[in-house]
Amino acid sequence: MQDNRQWPLYEVFVRARGGLDHKHVGSLHAADARMAIDHARDLYTRRQEGVSIWVVPSRDITASDPAESDALFEPARDKVYRHPTFYDIPDEVKTL
Amino acid sequence: MTASFRYLLRLGDLSLILGQRLGEWVGHSPALEEDLGLANIALDLIGQARLLFSYAGEVEGRGRDEDGVAFLREHGDYLNAILVEQPNGDFGQTIVRQVLVDVFQLELYERMAASTDARLAAIAQKSVKEVRYHLRFSSGWLIRLGDGTEESHRRVQGALDRLWPYTVELFAADELDEAMAESGVAPRLPEVQAAWSARIDALLAEATLVRPAARPHIWHGKRGEHSEHLGYILTEMQHLQRTYPGARW
Repeated sequence: MQDNRQWPLYEVFVRARGGLDHKHVGSLHAADARMAIDHARDLYTRRQEGVSIWVVPSRDITASDPAESDALFEPARDKVYRHPTFYDIPDEVKTL
Repeated sequence: MTASFRYLLRLGDLSLILGQRLGEWVGHSPALEEDLGLANIALDLIGQARLLFSYAGEVEGRGRDEDGVAFLREHGDYLNAILVEQPNGDFGQTIVRQVLVDVFQLELYERMAASTDARLAAIAQKSVKEVRYHLRFSSGWLIRLGDGTEESHRRVQGALDRLWPYTVELFAADELDEAMAESGVAPRLPEVQAAWSARIDALLAEATLVRPAARPHIWHGKRGEHSEHLGYILTEMQHLQRTYPGARW
């Protein structure tokens, strides 16, 4: 049975600068989404770490099953040709 | 003491003493997240006090730095309204005190941002951003607790009834407040009071709390006449500077 005296868990994502994506930085407890934003601001951006915050209830995140990791990820291991490292890049191309 | 020095002390002491009070919560808050939230607010307030005391030290012209002004005065030389020296009580009482002061600082600093004193205007412009967050934090909790359980409602209403009489002093304009308003350094307190009152009423309505009746008694912390609580605060706050004069991090 869920203990209602304990605030639910939220996952916190912070965008460090405009143009960058939000990165997962940790989790915290809060009574609702607004309080989660406040707590995230106080816990994770007090040293100028961010310009934008997302919070997501942890229970709404569906995670892959570690027991299935072989089936999910193992098949990619021997397919190194999927990495774009087999191209000859002309010297004139400075950045790609 | 010149008028502007005294006025800067009133502003700075309000922030300093409230910051010191909030610091008492560190390690004792209901949740780790609130602990950091209150500590952040305390640090903002002490940061405001530092700016005001540095300025006050220059105005005074006796070579005192911010630490000298903050820590090495006597009981009767602190000029904060006594609302901020009232004990933390439970979390609800701390929140009520915070809301009452946050709205005051918000309405004051918003207007002071246009002060004829450029230095004070800059301090107000910086501080008002911090205070907007403080109020977001404190008003969020006031509404949660007021419109919460029967017990949380009873506790915050009790705290509101207890602290309300001390709010009168915030707006009781004396000759110093009048002089500052006259020269355009500070806003007129009746104007601040009207804005404060309207904002507080809206918050109380949302929190399903009842505004206590006005009481005529006025405290005089702004003149250096304090409640018994300030002495205990100063004892703790000044201990380090008095034991190790000039101590630095």
